[in-house]
Amino acid sequence: MNTTDQTTQLYNNTGTDQDINVTEEQIHDLEVRELDSICVNESQLEHKWYHNIKYLLVGIAFGIVFVKAEIISWFRIQEMFRFQSFHMYGVIGSAVLVGVISVWLIRRFNIRTMYGEQVIIHPKVFNKGQVFGGLLFGFGWAITGACPGPLFALIGSGATVIVVTLLSAIAGTWVYGYFREKLPH
Amino acid sequence: MNSFLTEPWPWYVAGPLIGLTVPALLLLGNKSFGISSSMRHICAACVPAKIPFFTYDWKKEIWNLVFVLGILIGGVIAVTLLANPNEIMVAPALKAELANYGINNYSALVPVDVVSWDALFTTRGLIMLVVGGFFVGFGTRYAGGCTSGHAIMGLSSLQWPSLVATCCFMLGGILTANFILPFILSL
Repeated sequence: MNTTDQTTQLYNNTGTDQDINVTEEQIHDLEVRELDSICVNESQLEHKWYHNIKYLLVGIAFGIVFVKAEIISWFRIQEMFRFQSFHMYGVIGSAVLVGVISVWLIRRFNIRTMYGEQVIIHPKVFNKGQVFGGLLFGFGWAITGACPGPLFALIGSGATVIVVTLLSAIAGTWVYGYFREKLPH
Repeated sequence: MNSFLTEPWPWYVAGPLIGLTVPALLLLGNKSFGISSSMRHICAACVPAKIPFFTYDWKKEIWNLVFVLGILIGGVIAVTLLANPNEIMVAPALKAELANYGINNYSALVPVDVVSWDALFTTRGLIMLVVGGFFVGFGTRYAGGCTSGHAIMGLSSLQWPSLVATCCFMLGGILTANFILPFILSL
């Protein structure tokens, strides 16, 4: 019951766009998170831990699709980059198409989240990182045959050596964070 | 029914299911689909080292870590309950090329000749698994997202910076696979 009350209260805040009391710490936090706009949590609500189970279930479904459609296969990635198979282009193309339609429907009919919040999609701001970082990621993607999602699915599918690749990718993320100020953006 | 589930799924089944992840995460809790950020959260949680980029409340993004844990579990389920008993089908042109580098094992989704614990201690295995992984992590964060965050989530919401990033992913990958990888494989 307590959760419901809290939800209702926060819903009123976000729903009517009234001033929300934000602390300085929260503003700082948001600034830091806005440095890259991918994957920020736009929800203002706070939930108990078990609310995260739904993301676990979406992840499981997603992981199964990754493996069953062989998107995690090094061979499929090589075929894609050598234009030897349509498979990956079909997967990415139809995923984007469904995504575009979904986002359009959400915006068109102002569909709210299951907690009644307005759906917010953070705008991505252009910087040179998308070019330089993009090319460097393309290099890594082609030789490992895996982007970050498949790294996790590969470990689950039994290619346990990919733990090393994942740790190396985490190290790469850390090194980027360390040199971030010195890199062109 | 059963064989439909265990056989490799075609793109027109897998693609739309992946696309549905976008509205699923948005409607379940206003979350923008993205995977590479999980590695940033892991850095923030484990070794922030007072670097501003890693000094934020990562606990707020714990959903993302739960999500990638789910992907890992999904991988386990797919190879146990839904395992494909057959060898992976690979384009003949690719098979012919890989044979030149001693890659002939098609028993797994990955080429066991280069992606395995044994291969990790060879020159080409080390470059592919460790150096490659490093650039996956470095590049995605520098670009501000990966195939999920930019190519799927970004394009779904019609953001042109994501289109730039996606084109660069593809360009980097095409150049590497055709001109650099053959050299690495021949080591």
